[in-house]
Amino acid sequence: MLLQRFLIRLLTMLITLFGVAVVVFVVIRVAPGDPIAMMLPPGATDDDIARLRALYGLDKTIVQQFFIWLSGVVRGDFGTSISLRQDVLGLVFNRLPATLELAIVALIMAVLLGGTTAILGARERGTAVEAGIDIASGAALSIPDFLWGLVLILLFGVLVPIFDISGRVSPQLDLPFVTQFYFFESLLRLRFDLTWDLLKHMLMPAVALALPLAAIIAQLLKQSLKEVLDLDYVVLARVKGFSETQVILREALKNAALPTLTLVGVQFTFLIGGTVIVERLFSYEGLGNMAIDAVINRDLPLIQGIVLVFALLFVLINLAVDMMYALLNPRLRHG
Amino acid sequence: MDKASRRGLSPRLWLAGGWLLLALLAAIFAPLVAPQDPLAQDLMLERLPPFWLNGAEPGYWLGTDSLGRDLLSRLIFGGRIAFMVAFAAAIAACLVGSTLGLIAGYFGGWADRIISRIVDIWMAFPPVLFAILLVAVLGTGLSSVILAIAIIDWTRFCRVIRAEAMGQSRMDYVENARIAGYGRIGIMLREVLPNVVPSIVALLSLEMGIAVIVEAILSFVNLSISTDDPTWGGLIAEGRLSIHQAWWVLVFPLITLILTVLSFSQFGEALKTRFDPVLR
Repeated sequence: MLLQRFLIRLLTMLITLFGVAVVVFVVIRVAPGDPIAMMLPPGATDDDIARLRALYGLDKTIVQQFFIWLSGVVRGDFGTSISLRQDVLGLVFNRLPATLELAIVALIMAVLLGGTTAILGARERGTAVEAGIDIASGAALSIPDFLWGLVLILLFGVLVPIFDISGRVSPQLDLPFVTQFYFFESLLRLRFDLTWDLLKHMLMPAVALALPLAAIIAQLLKQSLKEVLDLDYVVLARVKGFSETQVILREALKNAALPTLTLVGVQFTFLIGGTVIVERLFSYEGLGNMAIDAVINRDLPLIQGIVLVFALLFVLINLAVDMMYALLNPRLRHG
Repeated sequence: MDKASRRGLSPRLWLAGGWLLLALLAAIFAPLVAPQDPLAQDLMLERLPPFWLNGAEPGYWLGTDSLGRDLLSRLIFGGRIAFMVAFAAAIAACLVGSTLGLIAGYFGGWADRIISRIVDIWMAFPPVLFAILLVAVLGTGLSSVILAIAIIDWTRFCRVIRAEAMGQSRMDYVENARIAGYGRIGIMLREVLPNVVPSIVALLSLEMGIAVIVEAILSFVNLSISTDDPTWGGLIAEGRLSIHQAWWVLVFPLITLILTVLSFSQFGEALKTRFDPVLR
């Protein structure tokens, strides 16, 4: 049952990825503006242009180009970036860790903030505290990450300048890292001076990404908690003399968390999508920032590679959430 | 919903509606209400602060930017593009998405499978990157921005309307209409559609807010309308650059955007509650 579900999901995942590849391939090839002409200095002969077009395979039909590219992708060869003259996969893997770190830190912040708010709201249900939480989470949810980022830049970059509003790490520092996961590696190496510097750069973009998700978690988890808190077994725990906070943490939370978990999975893909513009806003050197440059430079192989990696990330997260849900949900587990 | 809690919703709805109406009227009558020419540069007047600070000039209420252009006038004229994009893009996304959602939800089967698969593919794109890519391909300009937003955001309508239409088509009244001899398309349009309209209207209001943001993001990365016309996102991009010299160039467009987005979403929520037969 579970295996069958997994295989069907895997198949639809591949169809989705193939669809993404087709769409992005077609979209960027109907683009006016010749990427080859942009690479060459003025005064290049027609012969030069033709040779370069042949080198990048742009002289073939669009269907031929697609299958040449696809057969490369299957072998792990995403082609060569036109603007940076480097292997696309190498470029993407160089930048992806920065984006993943940012997204994971933002996710952790959203879960902690949203979870605490939900528990507080459920404990204080029916009071002014809950009403205040509802208004605050409603506003946090309606304002997108792009605007939160700007608000944070004004507050903590200009008004009270305590955080850095640009870049990933202070450029004068010597970095001993062997991976691109600077933040996690600095923690493992116990180089907390570097962790602090990285965090000072990462905190504001992460908060901007986390706030809308924290608001969703707060609303949904509070709702589920309130429903569970009226059930018999919870009432029993309360009769046994547990305090309301203990009741929520020990009894209610594990049963109320499942719907939130599913939602957090879907929302996490939205959060990763948001890194594109938030990285741009904070000049953070991640995949999204590179993607925008790739579009501006009409770097076709690089755009394709980045979009496909994002899509792969999204479908993998959805798959993981689906499987986790199936494992945790008793009705599906024994079904 | 009882009368008291309904009245409780009203102040927020009035505030939201009031702000949107004010901003919309200012945009429509921009040439009459804007105190200055939004494009007029005057290097003698560069980076004037807003009216309550020292060094402000009368007539330049919210101050000026680095080229001496009046910020309030640029905000008012920027509203024209914001509202045009909001209405046109949201309506286009709504028409495409609701139609496909209605077909997928009501007919099910192969139509549903194909449409749902396309929605899955669309959802696997990071939306902002997709928007930037589309505008880069279509070329900058008002119609490209509108088209790009519609191409990306129709799935928002499609997913919700599909689920609702699916629920409606299992209702007794649909079965009754079929027994009474109505055709499938007739039932879809005359019976199912009116019941999903509340959701469509609420989503439409939310989508207008989203469209305003996407336009601002595109202007921010310099890919929206021509650089001469003032846009809210363009103002924010200028403000981000001169943040340490003239904070007001960022603050006022940012407040305008936040108020507009909040108003559209409040409006959508309120409409949904008002039209929802269960909550009503």
